[in-house]
Amino acid sequence: MEYILIIIAAIFVNNILFAQFLGVCPFLGVSNRISTAVGMGGAVLFVMTLAMIVTFLVQTYILTPLGLGFLQTIAFILVIAALVQMVEIILKKVSPVLYQALGVFLPLITTNCAVLGVAILVIQKEYTLLQGTTFAIANALGFMLAMVIFASLREQLELAKVPKGMRGMPIALVTAGILALAFMGFAGLV
Amino acid sequence: MNNLTTFTKGLIKENPVFVLLLGMCPVLGVTTSAINGLGMGLATMLVLVMSNVFISALKTQIPDKVRIPAFIVVIASFVTVVNLLMEGFVPDLHAQLGVFIPLIVVNCLVLGRAEAFAAKNNVWSSFVDGAGMGLGFTIALTLLGSVREILGSGSIFDLKFITGDGILIFVLAPGAFIALGFLIALINHLKKA
Repeated sequence: MEYILIIIAAIFVNNILFAQFLGVCPFLGVSNRISTAVGMGGAVLFVMTLAMIVTFLVQTYILTPLGLGFLQTIAFILVIAALVQMVEIILKKVSPVLYQALGVFLPLITTNCAVLGVAILVIQKEYTLLQGTTFAIANALGFMLAMVIFASLREQLELAKVPKGMRGMPIALVTAGILALAFMGFAGLV
Repeated sequence: MNNLTTFTKGLIKENPVFVLLLGMCPVLGVTTSAINGLGMGLATMLVLVMSNVFISALKTQIPDKVRIPAFIVVIASFVTVVNLLMEGFVPDLHAQLGVFIPLIVVNCLVLGRAEAFAAKNNVWSSFVDGAGMGLGFTIALTLLGSVREILGSGSIFDLKFITGDGILIFVLAPGAFIALGFLIALINHLKKA
């Protein structure tokens, strides 16, 4: 039950994009096409879950016992950067198909604040490893859901007649705002 | 390029928020009030200036192949410094900004300036570039924070000028996207005029 609550809260109620504003750069940057949105979502799902597990272990077994909590930011970002590089190399070797699909998105993920944000949030919320993993997967799914909805809206927007000053980013942002409004309807669900 | 144009380009022509659209997470996440926007802007500016100076000074020492990880370590160190300073001296603001302070590390603006400017220019102009870009970022955040605070709670810098509630939606999440969208539209319009 507790895990179902974590999942619903992370996907709908506290959606990582619309309620917590993490990962907005890729959200605005690569949401022109549904296919790229799905690709980015998949890459985030993969890296976010892995990164959360590794940073959790680093925090529990290295930083906390040694009293190095203040190094959290530096340690986490290094772990994530190294992890992304490693995932890229391994994927290239092991599964060229998956690499083809996720390849271009992987380097972008190091600077995706959603990954670091979730890793830090898991520590702040004092989750166990299993709860944290659930939280990370659910957040990534929430990210993917938001990306796909937004990308399909933007594909339609290209055909719409938009006033000159609003073209491009402004109208996309207002659309995202209305979408966030819709997601607010889930508030109070959990 | 002389120092004056280096400094002023970050303010309007290449404003990181309104024109370059860099570092959007804190822009949307913390600007529920003018003071939050200002605090976040100043924190980012501090990190940006220090990392720009440091990276520019080290640019001949850092091997080209590992420059991105090296930049990230430099930036992360300064973020840690700022994080601890804020926790010590302005605990209330620090609590308000929450996770977004450590997340300055992954603010594309900071790494972007390190890579695009500090790694190629001397220390002094990197300092000026960091200050200009940081100030542009601060202005943008404060402006967005003010707009949202005025519309959403009817106050500015916590000075209330209406009785009762404002248009609550502007302090909530959707208001961030909508207010920023219209601000950018306004700036686009003014630039063309």
